[in-house]
Amino acid sequence: MRVLVYSFLLLFLCSTLSYVQGRNVKVEFPVPRPPLSKGIFPCSSCHEGIPANPTKRQLKDEHINIKLHHAEGVRWCLDCHDPTNRDKFKLANGELVAFTESYLLCGQCHGTTYRDWKAGIHGKRTGYFDGGNRTYLLCVHCHDPHDPKFKPMKPEPPPYGPKNANNVR
Amino acid sequence: MGQRTRTMSGNLYTRRTFMKILSAGFVAGLGGINATCKKVINEEFLQKYFSEMTDEEKKRVVQRLEEKYLKQYGKSTRVSFGEAKQNTLWGYGLDLSRCIGCRRCVYACVKENNNSRYKPQLHWIRVIRLKKGNLISLENAEHYYDPDKVPEEGFIYMPVQCQQCENPPCVKVCPVHATWKEPDGLVVVDYDWCIGCRYCMAACPYKGRVFNWAEPNIPKEDLNTTMHYFGNRPRMKNVVDKCTFCIQRVRSGRYPACVEACPTGTRKFGNLLDKNSEIRYLIENKRVFRLKEDLNTEPKFYYFFSL
Repeated sequence: MRVLVYSFLLLFLCSTLSYVQGRNVKVEFPVPRPPLSKGIFPCSSCHEGIPANPTKRQLKDEHINIKLHHAEGVRWCLDCHDPTNRDKFKLANGELVAFTESYLLCGQCHGTTYRDWKAGIHGKRTGYFDGGNRTYLLCVHCHDPHDPKFKPMKPEPPPYGPKNANNVR
Repeated sequence: MGQRTRTMSGNLYTRRTFMKILSAGFVAGLGGINATCKKVINEEFLQKYFSEMTDEEKKRVVQRLEEKYLKQYGKSTRVSFGEAKQNTLWGYGLDLSRCIGCRRCVYACVKENNNSRYKPQLHWIRVIRLKKGNLISLENAEHYYDPDKVPEEGFIYMPVQCQQCENPPCVKVCPVHATWKEPDGLVVVDYDWCIGCRYCMAACPYKGRVFNWAEPNIPKEDLNTTMHYFGNRPRMKNVVDKCTFCIQRVRSGRYPACVEACPTGTRKFGNLLDKNSEIRYLIENKRVFRLKEDLNTEPKFYYFFSL
């Protein structure tokens, strides 16, 4: 009987340990470095010691290049950026996540897109699909988080028509 | 018997002597060709049908091709005969809600697959533009569109390439069996066996095949040196070629070049036999259709809408 209890205890301990470890490692979606502007990260290098101003406002002195076109009027900086730990994001439940896990943050509102992204349908995967290194891209690699709509782009040239001098017939 | 031929010098020959001289000359000529002709050309000419080649013969073919490309392009290349993996059937997904018609895939494909850049320009992917709400009417498709910015208001874009049919009409019509379906579902062409009759191009309902009207023009510095015998090795004049889902990549577990080039993540690729693959997920969860399904070609190219 005692052996049974001990073995159960051991099993329980092991599973919690591995759970905690799994939580810390989190290699589920290995992503490249987020596309942060040069010299901007870590945010704490500037924000350290500055108390966060919780008033919703238009920024006038810093970050003036950021024009928020992402549910503007409803959302502002501190809805996603954590006011105390400036190098992290804050989820709705108060949990802090790193910049490399920003998909958790985006997924809070864009649930169906997040589901598709996890399955590899939304977004792009490159490299090796079969063993080897598969690279996942974060939402922010394609969508500017402050202005997420995909911008129109110049198309590559059309194929040469049948009468074009560069075609042989 | 009495038929006589008078030559310029005025001598008379019977038909028999004339034929004798003629055939003697022919044999002598053949000998001359044999002596001057390079061994390489002979080997190329006498190469066996693919499925009849032994491993030793395949190795010699690889050696011959690599030597040829080194001479032609000044670059050492690696030509592979990589065979289909067990339990694989490649399938492709293309998200019509996402494609913006930017043609990045077209040029990535050209570069990866050593297509001729000009004279002739050969593209394996054709991006067609259709009026929104008019998807079924391919007659009004336009592939020479050239606006400043894409996507344009009121249009959708639909890239079309080889659909890797399970029931490929192009394979049926080939008179010399130079094209066939591999065990992993890829329809390939043996360029060394193709006679250039272009029956397959006529048979394909997707315009998935193109013809090398002239020797290809590939910039030496842009030559992709990782090659596959059925894939991106430089072709010659008078053969047909087509998309192979980048056979040189997918058989070693890499995504095709068009998948990696797409800036909007429109293109999906995976193994149809693998329950956890991306392609299976989208077939099971999205609105999917296959192009010209009514022709019973059973394409393995799935267009879908993610929105």
